[in-house]
Amino acid sequence: MTSTAIIQLFVFLLAGFVGFQTISRIPPLLHTPLMAATNAISGISLVASLVLAGADQSLLSTVLGTIAVGCATANVVGGFLITDRMLAMFKPARLEAKEQMSS
Amino acid sequence: MIATGIQIAYLSSAALFVLALRALGQPTTARRGMQMAAFGMLVAVCATLVDQRIVSYEWLIVGLVAGGLIGYPLGMWVPMTAMPQRIAFSHAFGALAATLVGVGEYLHGFHEETLSHGQTVALGFEVFFGALTVTGSLMAFGKLQELLPGAPITFRGQNVFNLALFAAGVVCLVWLVVSPYDTAFFIAILAIGLAVGVLMVLPIGGADMPVVVSLLNSYAGLAAVATGFALDNNILIVVGALDGASGFILSMAMSKAMNRSFANVLFGAFGAETGGADAAQDGVAGEMMPIDADDAALRLAFARRVIIVPGYGLAVAQAQHQVRELADLLEKRDVDVRFAIHPVAGRMPGHMNVLLAEAGISYDKLFDMEDINERFSDADVALVIGANDVVNPAARTNRSSPIYGMPILNVQDAKSVIVLKRGRGKGFSGVENELFVSPKTSMLFGDAKQSINKLCAEVKQA
Repeated sequence: MTSTAIIQLFVFLLAGFVGFQTISRIPPLLHTPLMAATNAISGISLVASLVLAGADQSLLSTVLGTIAVGCATANVVGGFLITDRMLAMFKPARLEAKEQMSS
Repeated sequence: MIATGIQIAYLSSAALFVLALRALGQPTTARRGMQMAAFGMLVAVCATLVDQRIVSYEWLIVGLVAGGLIGYPLGMWVPMTAMPQRIAFSHAFGALAATLVGVGEYLHGFHEETLSHGQTVALGFEVFFGALTVTGSLMAFGKLQELLPGAPITFRGQNVFNLALFAAGVVCLVWLVVSPYDTAFFIAILAIGLAVGVLMVLPIGGADMPVVVSLLNSYAGLAAVATGFALDNNILIVVGALDGASGFILSMAMSKAMNRSFANVLFGAFGAETGGADAAQDGVAGEMMPIDADDAALRLAFARRVIIVPGYGLAVAQAQHQVRELADLLEKRDVDVRFAIHPVAGRMPGHMNVLLAEAGISYDKLFDMEDINERFSDADVALVIGANDVVNPAARTNRSSPIYGMPILNVQDAKSVIVLKRGRGKGFSGVENELFVSPKTSMLFGDAKQSINKLCAEVKQA
């Protein structure tokens, strides 16, 4: 095993641990936004797709890369928009009362 | 120099993502957190664009614009009631991107003859998990969108067949590691992954979808991790691990809320067994008592404490705004209104919370099962809207019931129960519900939206 592979495993292990700890604290109230959010963040595969599409290796690679860029971008754009839309709806009672008074 | 800059940009976006997930722990900070994450994504993408391996930009722009055009409607126009299928659909998108990158990188390595054993393992994993998630998510999407029959589809020897296929995939992967240039095996892994995805979701019924959707979330994450290993890209590993952890935690939570193991959900084909339904019928005797909307409204209007229990039926009827109106009317009469949310109510984790939040009900009134279960005995009326299995006392009392052992909302402890139900049929899992024939319970039949509208009109007059 090469030393890069070992470092990668370290990164994976630690990120998984941090993720597990952080995400365990998210209340069930926000589980749907959490799914939408991880979905948007997983659009990070865009960085790999960009390199594949732009590296001009072969026609097939470029086509595959371009489709991948499209899919990942759709996830990033759609994912962040929908998460924001959802989170904007979660309001505490005080705010709601205020809005009713003003309307 | 540029390479170091890119790595530092990736590092900062990884930090932003972790902080964003931390901010998601509270509704007050969540929105700001996700804006940070979006900024992190922008940083990572911009950094990648200056990568020296990228030599031509035409196709990138095509892909980015096309993706943006598809993503905008997916983000802004999809109604909240369609959220489960929307999420399943975008899992398919994310996994497709990972799979295509895997195929592309394999081709590249194949031509340049640079495939190492380690990289091949990672690419094999990436393509296998990616392909499985693509078709699995599309199947889940089809079932949730009701393009495909929602009931489990089973055939003889299904589990054996699926496991054999999975094993074949593993064998191909091992072979590919030994001899990385055997393209046939790479294609076989891709094909087996696609097939496993379809077959895995085929026997899973609608009510078990929350687990499957979360599990696919986890697989999409693992595909991203494998991409990171193959390309030696740490941000992909970090994000994939976060994604995988999130999917894993959610599927654990969902399985626990149904008192079933992962294996049972995946191989159990819930609701298909006729034996279970027969056994459950023994425990259920008596008639359902129908009630008129005006009687039900009077009971609600003169109650002191009302607990509303929403279920998937609420989402189907899209009655969340009517529910809010009813809750507002009751609160004006000084009735204490709370909502009891079962973890697996609906078709995805947190489904009910999002629907009720969309209708403008503040989250202080939404209670998780553990927090509200003791309060049912104080409640004058429990109003069950389109929920069935999550309030079925058979889960406590009837050992032969297929849902025995599942934690439920203690609706039967309330002084009286009103159930809004479309018809007299069984619930989604096909299990009879004793609650509905209990002497405490009155049934208000009809479409949930119309029933609640009637209740609102009557409460206004009361």
